[in-house]
Amino acid sequence: MLELHDVTKVYKVGAFGGKTMTAVDGVSFDVGTGEVVSLIGESGSGKTTIGRMILGLTSLTSGSITLDGAPVKPGKAYYRSVQGVFQDPFSSYNPVFKADRVLRMIKEQYFPSVPDWDDRVEEALAAVRLNPGQVLDKFPHQLSGGQLQRLLIARALLLEIKLLVADEITSMLDASTRIDVLNLLADLKARGLGVLYITHDLSLGNYLAERTVVLRHGTVVEMGLTEKVFGDPLHPYTRQLLSAVPRLGSPWEEAAPADGCLYHQKGATGRLLAADEGHFVACAGLDDCGGPAA
Amino acid sequence: MTTIDTALPQTPTAVRREALYFALRNGKLLVGLGVILILLGTAVIGPVLLGRAANDYVGLPMQSPSSEYWFGTNTFGQDIFVQFVYGLRTTFEVGALGGGIAAVIGMAVGFIAGYRGGMVDEVLNMLTNIILVIPTLAVLLIINAYLGIRSVGVQALFIGLTSWPWAARAIRAQTFSLRTRDFVDLARLSGMPSRKIILREIAPNMSSYLFMTFILLFGGSILIASSLDFIGLGPTEGVSLGLMLQNAHQWSALHLGLWWWFIPPGAGITAVVGALYVANVGLDEVFNPKLRET
Repeated sequence: MLELHDVTKVYKVGAFGGKTMTAVDGVSFDVGTGEVVSLIGESGSGKTTIGRMILGLTSLTSGSITLDGAPVKPGKAYYRSVQGVFQDPFSSYNPVFKADRVLRMIKEQYFPSVPDWDDRVEEALAAVRLNPGQVLDKFPHQLSGGQLQRLLIARALLLEIKLLVADEITSMLDASTRIDVLNLLADLKARGLGVLYITHDLSLGNYLAERTVVLRHGTVVEMGLTEKVFGDPLHPYTRQLLSAVPRLGSPWEEAAPADGCLYHQKGATGRLLAADEGHFVACAGLDDCGGPAA
Repeated sequence: MTTIDTALPQTPTAVRREALYFALRNGKLLVGLGVILILLGTAVIGPVLLGRAANDYVGLPMQSPSSEYWFGTNTFGQDIFVQFVYGLRTTFEVGALGGGIAAVIGMAVGFIAGYRGGMVDEVLNMLTNIILVIPTLAVLLIINAYLGIRSVGVQALFIGLTSWPWAARAIRAQTFSLRTRDFVDLARLSGMPSRKIILREIAPNMSSYLFMTFILLFGGSILIASSLDFIGLGPTEGVSLGLMLQNAHQWSALHLGLWWWFIPPGAGITAVVGALYVANVGLDEVFNPKLRET
């Protein structure tokens, strides 16, 4: 459904824009209908930039993003199929207005003359398990972070979207509401909604996603079916990430050192080596590798 | 505890009332607004009640203040109180018109430069800086002298066209910080056009600042107009407080001991501008909780 092909974003930095910084470098993956793909990476790995480019909030330097084969053109028509929810629920709402204004904006822009609008709102709120009486006609600071995030998802549902870009939507929530929001995403998936779940938290990514993309310094290091990426990590960075997940009752262990670069052992070309059915890995970037052949 | 209960916002309506609550208890704001309202009332109603033109010759020259001529008469036998009331009206006209024009230009330039950024910002910022470094009073002198502008409206227009740059710079800076907030992105995802986002998402967040900007521009226009009038480049039709000061100076009121000729217009200008600034400090305290005296 949504396809990213060789997407690159280069920022100009420095006083006169003389230097450049590559935030995203040749990233390609796709999200299918009703599929959850988690995009995992550390801070500064370019995962939020990818989300913003999909949402049309940031321009691409090169490459292309297509939705159902048509190139992305930010505008009313596109936002009817693709919506986003951001990390900080408290800054996603304009503090001087009531929170349900985000729903009214959808009505104004897309459905100015729908007679049963209130029913639709009620339905969308029920889908995100919110009680209309508790959230409508309130200011953002009177609602909890979890309520605000679910209200934003309800807003997206009003548009009958195909894809939701969820950028770290649970990182500002406490543990109990976090699982509620994740279960909600699982529900939406069952309804046929595609979700790009951007996170730095491996266990949350594992919980939901069919496929996982691991990002580092703006490039994909490993991607594939979640059970393969997490069950049999091939790239040393993925192993490092997995060993860094805290486990109850056992002390932290150093990741096993990389046993050579699979990419070069197999003599692959292009950015990624197809190591297995639906499992791709990039060059390990060891001292004796010298980078990918491309 | 009762005082705390009433002071803390608890319901949505109480949040809106909070500003009003502090406004009605702010001495500076009440005094400043009170003085302005009295002077404004005098300027609006006064000329109607007096039933005379500003420059009518009413009686003997050089009369000191009496029950018949409240502020006395000048060397030509014109009633100084009548002139004062008409002068106040001109003063408010210049302030509202000049301040209004400057506020509109400043806000338009500031919002567009801050929201668009990039090349648009560079061009608008350059324009702002150019107008900012031009010695405004000297330019107004040249324009007034060269074009021979003698009506209040045109004078206000030129003041408005030259006094907006600092407002534009301040609004641009605030817009810069507000446009990166998530709720602006959310408005874009709702398909709102830029103009609507500026007017309905960004501007309401700085409404108190915009209001204070207008007050300062209003006071500034009055001062510039008075300076121009005093050096003889004011409107030739009608009368203004600055023009009264200029006449008093020209006809040696100081040496003749006609204190009632120059004190009222001087006090009038000081009262209007001073009250505006006092009200502005009061508004600052109302809108900014950190400045409130508890």
